[in-house]
Amino acid sequence: MPEIARRPALPAPGEPFPGVAVTLAPLPAAARFVLRGDLAAVAAAGNAFGVALPSRINTASTLGARSALMLGPDEWLLVADDTSAPDATWALVRALESALGTVPHSLVDVSHRQTAIRVEGHEAALTLNAAVPLDLCEEAFPVGMATRTICEKAEIVLWRTGPRAFRVEVWRSFAPYVMDLLSAVSQENVPD
Amino acid sequence: MLLIRCPYCQTDRPELEFRYGGEAHVSRAQDPSSVPDAAWAEFLYMRTNPKGFHVERWRHTHGCGRFFNAVRHTVTDRFLATYRAGEPKPDLEALAREAAR
Repeated sequence: MPEIARRPALPAPGEPFPGVAVTLAPLPAAARFVLRGDLAAVAAAGNAFGVALPSRINTASTLGARSALMLGPDEWLLVADDTSAPDATWALVRALESALGTVPHSLVDVSHRQTAIRVEGHEAALTLNAAVPLDLCEEAFPVGMATRTICEKAEIVLWRTGPRAFRVEVWRSFAPYVMDLLSAVSQENVPD
Repeated sequence: MLLIRCPYCQTDRPELEFRYGGEAHVSRAQDPSSVPDAAWAEFLYMRTNPKGFHVERWRHTHGCGRFFNAVRHTVTDRFLATYRAGEPKPDLEALAREAAR
């Protein structure tokens, strides 16, 4: 039987790609879950996850390394960046499942489905706008806003973590495409 | 590019995030086997295809993922209104009068 090796979708974390006025950095592996359910499920999951789930659509709430993004009327993306220890993801699954108990819900582990890229720098919004059709000025897309959208041909979750910083969650098979696209754009964006 | 207002996200979003879903308010019979063939064919195949305002389903595929209904002019592509699935069909004439003002 052939040996199965996990091939990273992007270069190793900690090797940022230096663009002209923007830095693209693949982020380390994280635990991710998609939670769907009603208000009872939201309250229970928030307690177990350690950060209250946002109640306004397309917003994110963060506490430490845990973040919850409300992507739809009954859909949340839970991201835990503190699960590098072995079995940490599994412990989180057990905590969430025992808190949710008999409350009707759907909890799916999508940790390995997607990966993340940090886009940071003076021209972060301009760089993303080469491929993302949303208005990314701070009035229209303030810090803490997170939404599913498209990046040229790939579907992404775009999350503004700072005035000049974004986190792009992308499915791993699309990650090299998105990374190459943004890299090419970042080389062209020469600030005045 | 068209901007379409998603009634769930409550914001205007680019049309690239959406998918068209056909005519709205076409309801399937509760018991299809009791429906006469002509009425069933009507349900399956016949659509209004107007030149003017059309009530249709759209899905915010690359967004919140929800289906909703919209009133769109089939010639100008102008969206008069969008509303959540399950809400009643709006009065098209009143909407058109409002838009003409």
